[in-house]
Amino acid sequence: MAPESLGQIFLSAVLANNFVLAMFLGLCPFLGVSARLDTAFPMGIATTFVMLVASLCAFGLNLLLTTFQLEFLRLISYIVVIASAVQLVEMFLKKTSPALFRALGIYLPLITTNCAVLGVALFQTAREYSFAQAMVFSFGGGAGFTLALVLMASVRERLQLSNVPGVAQGTALSLMLAGLLSMAFMGFAGLGG
Amino acid sequence: MSDLSQSRTFDEFMEGIWRQNPVFVMVLGMCPTLAVTVSAVNALSMGLATMFVLVCSCGLVSLMRSIVPKEVRIATYIVIIATFVTVVDYVIQAVSLAVYDALGAFIQLIVVNCIILGRAEAHASKHPPVTAMVNAMGMSLGFVIGLFALGAVREVLGAGTLFGLSLFGPNFQPWVVMVLPPGGFIVLGGWLLLFSALKRRQEARPAAAGGGHGA
Repeated sequence: MAPESLGQIFLSAVLANNFVLAMFLGLCPFLGVSARLDTAFPMGIATTFVMLVASLCAFGLNLLLTTFQLEFLRLISYIVVIASAVQLVEMFLKKTSPALFRALGIYLPLITTNCAVLGVALFQTAREYSFAQAMVFSFGGGAGFTLALVLMASVRERLQLSNVPGVAQGTALSLMLAGLLSMAFMGFAGLGG
Repeated sequence: MSDLSQSRTFDEFMEGIWRQNPVFVMVLGMCPTLAVTVSAVNALSMGLATMFVLVCSCGLVSLMRSIVPKEVRIATYIVIIATFVTVVDYVIQAVSLAVYDALGAFIQLIVVNCIILGRAEAHASKHPPVTAMVNAMGMSLGFVIGLFALGAVREVLGAGTLFGLSLFGPNFQPWVVMVLPPGGFIVLGGWLLLFSALKRRQEARPAAAGGGHGA
């Protein structure tokens, strides 16, 4: 594998290979929480934090599992680590910002089943990233997820004021929007390798 | 009596295929749906892998439903699902390396497919094993149909082929965007539009018959 610079990894994770719009990871919260800007942004931040923690733990776990040649346990141990990280964030948010905790509702525990989080852990293992690379990759992935969520929420807030044909309301419209956003992000292809 | 129970089993089966189709009605499990449906073959293999995991884990969850304490049930379900996914992962790797490479990390990501956890929590944890497995079977068939509908449209438009066979001859100019990420969103959006239009017509029909008013 050619050595990638940290900047390249970051740019690629945020823009060219955006987790949501180019790699289809984390679509459930992307479609579910993106109706309003003031929940979309905190959701992005919370997911980014979980990603960082998960990526950190996954790196350590992978070292441990390879030492003992227990690679087949990788998936199971990753998912358990992610579930505990989400629990941690949940407790933290409940203490510090109960209003936000209620606004995010069911989508907060559902970060556990956000494929973007497990995706980060699996991809960094598959690509054999070093520790620094893995951290930058997961931070970039989280930033990209937040960016996509915020963009989508801004567009959807505008759309509430416009007159949409009845057939297209709801999920169909969101998907079409996501398609257009994704087309825009294709323009970044090649950036950052 | 047996007739009644038979028809109920059939209802459980059909529920996932039509009335609660996971892809078109509930819009669950979007990530694998959009990511792997570049071709009909990929879509089918992903659907079958998900079917195996869903049916097996629903059966096991249903068997264990009275032993598992309520507080740790989600964690238990996730571990059960992860176990079956690991099995599928190794089986696909052994059977066909080409499919394994095409699906990539998305086989392992079946763990976080909301359909599976959703079914385990909402249905399998409350019903006996046979009912749970029949329901899971219907659900996953609905998922396979949804994936296939997406994969076939994207392959036909994006590459001019179906299952690798050329459909339109050499002069066809493929719509490359269809096999790229935006195509996935747009084709699924199109299917949802079609279904909501059909539903509207169905709802409008009785109204039109009984006196009727303009659209």
